[in-house]
Amino acid sequence: MKNAGIALAFVLAILAVVYVGVELLNLDFFFGGVLPYIAIAVFIVGFIYRIYKWAQSPVPFRIPTTAGQQKSLDFIKQNKIENPSSKGGVFVRMALEVLCFRSLFRNSKAEVTDEGNITYQWEKWLWLFALCFHWGFFLTVFRHLRFFTDPVPFPVTLWEKIDGVFWVDLQALYLTGFLLLLGITGLFIRRIYLDKVRYISLVNDFFPLFLIMGIAITGLTMRYLTHADVTAIKEVAMGLSHFDFGQIMAAVTANDISVMFWFHLSLVCTLLIYFPASKLMHAGGVFMSPTRNMANNNRMVRHINPWNPEVEVHSYQEYEHEFHQKMKAVGLPLDWDYDEEGNQIPKK
Amino acid sequence: MKKTNIFIGIVIFAVLVTVPFWSVVFSPASGAAPEVSLDTPVINQLSGDDYKCVEDVEWMRAHHMDLLNDWKTEVVREGNRVYVAEDGTEYLASLQNTCFECHSNYEDFCLKCHTYSEVNPTCWECHVEPTVVGGAN
Repeated sequence: MKNAGIALAFVLAILAVVYVGVELLNLDFFFGGVLPYIAIAVFIVGFIYRIYKWAQSPVPFRIPTTAGQQKSLDFIKQNKIENPSSKGGVFVRMALEVLCFRSLFRNSKAEVTDEGNITYQWEKWLWLFALCFHWGFFLTVFRHLRFFTDPVPFPVTLWEKIDGVFWVDLQALYLTGFLLLLGITGLFIRRIYLDKVRYISLVNDFFPLFLIMGIAITGLTMRYLTHADVTAIKEVAMGLSHFDFGQIMAAVTANDISVMFWFHLSLVCTLLIYFPASKLMHAGGVFMSPTRNMANNNRMVRHINPWNPEVEVHSYQEYEHEFHQKMKAVGLPLDWDYDEEGNQIPKK
Repeated sequence: MKKTNIFIGIVIFAVLVTVPFWSVVFSPASGAAPEVSLDTPVINQLSGDDYKCVEDVEWMRAHHMDLLNDWKTEVVREGNRVYVAEDGTEYLASLQNTCFECHSNYEDFCLKCHTYSEVNPTCWECHVEPTVVGGAN
């Protein structure tokens, strides 16, 4: 719990810095026109750098973890997705992993009963909350494109209509925003509720949870409770899109944008800066998992370790060639025939 | 993993996260906030202390929907048509009779920001939507 406290303190400290910066020092332009660029640059460069570093790692062997019948004799049915032997199978397996978190769905809980028997139980909470959180986050970010495009493209407006199908007090209630908060809260509760998970949790496990919780809470507060000057905010966002610093400056000086917006934006910037240096890089890493992205074709294709040293071998063919006369003399069977000069020729 | 596949992945990533930057190239709009027009017959006649909105303009920009929501609740549920503003002025709580009296230019006032920010208010679920083509009513 100490780790959770430290992580929460970090997030609160960021909020305090933003509050002082915007409300007391009037550094609106820094938080609206400078920090976002730093954040997006660190995010893109850092992300690509991490992938580049990982790409240097040698992956010599086929090591897919499989969970089904591998390709075998014709009359044995292969599980083409759980034990893929082709690129297509790997693609489907990878898609299920990335879009549906298939491996989390397999999660089970092992416990020893009072009688000393081991039992395995259905445990789908991690999968469920992770799915809620990731899809909620993605679709919420997608809706935010309305701030960065003018005119707003059709897919975004269409999604707004679908997402906001429920109305409360004559206002659309965007479900994905709440799904995001529900998911992240569930993941947090799971982390502190399960003894073993809590025991292995570090500050850097809690920090992203609080950070994203903060982003969701400030966003939902602005959307449903306190409201902010959306036109001025879009002016800032479009200024960022166009690299138009004059427009950002004008937008932040002419309007008194709610501090809740600066909390929200600064936490998002923190997330982007923190992303490449953290466990959140699993977003890129999942595609590079050797246990997921390889076809199990070890029995069909010979994979040679690229850095194997040259080994001098003396094959049976060469051995027989060398000793065929002696072998023939003592009556040993030979695999090849030999002509008069002693050249090896295939058996007729 | 094949180097070419990783390269393709990095390109897809870079394209996706930079959507806000490259998509504006294909848009004719400058992205600047729209100028809402206050040029209506009624507003033009206001002067001095009368030249004001129901509440503070800065507040109205961010919170007019709160005001309208409160009016809706007060009028529809409580039957109370009188709204007392911060400065003590009494107003008739009515979108069509109070707001639209001054802001009779729906197209050049409401719609400007709502279109820019892709906001879809639900006013016209109950009220009659002002005609857009050929000016406001």
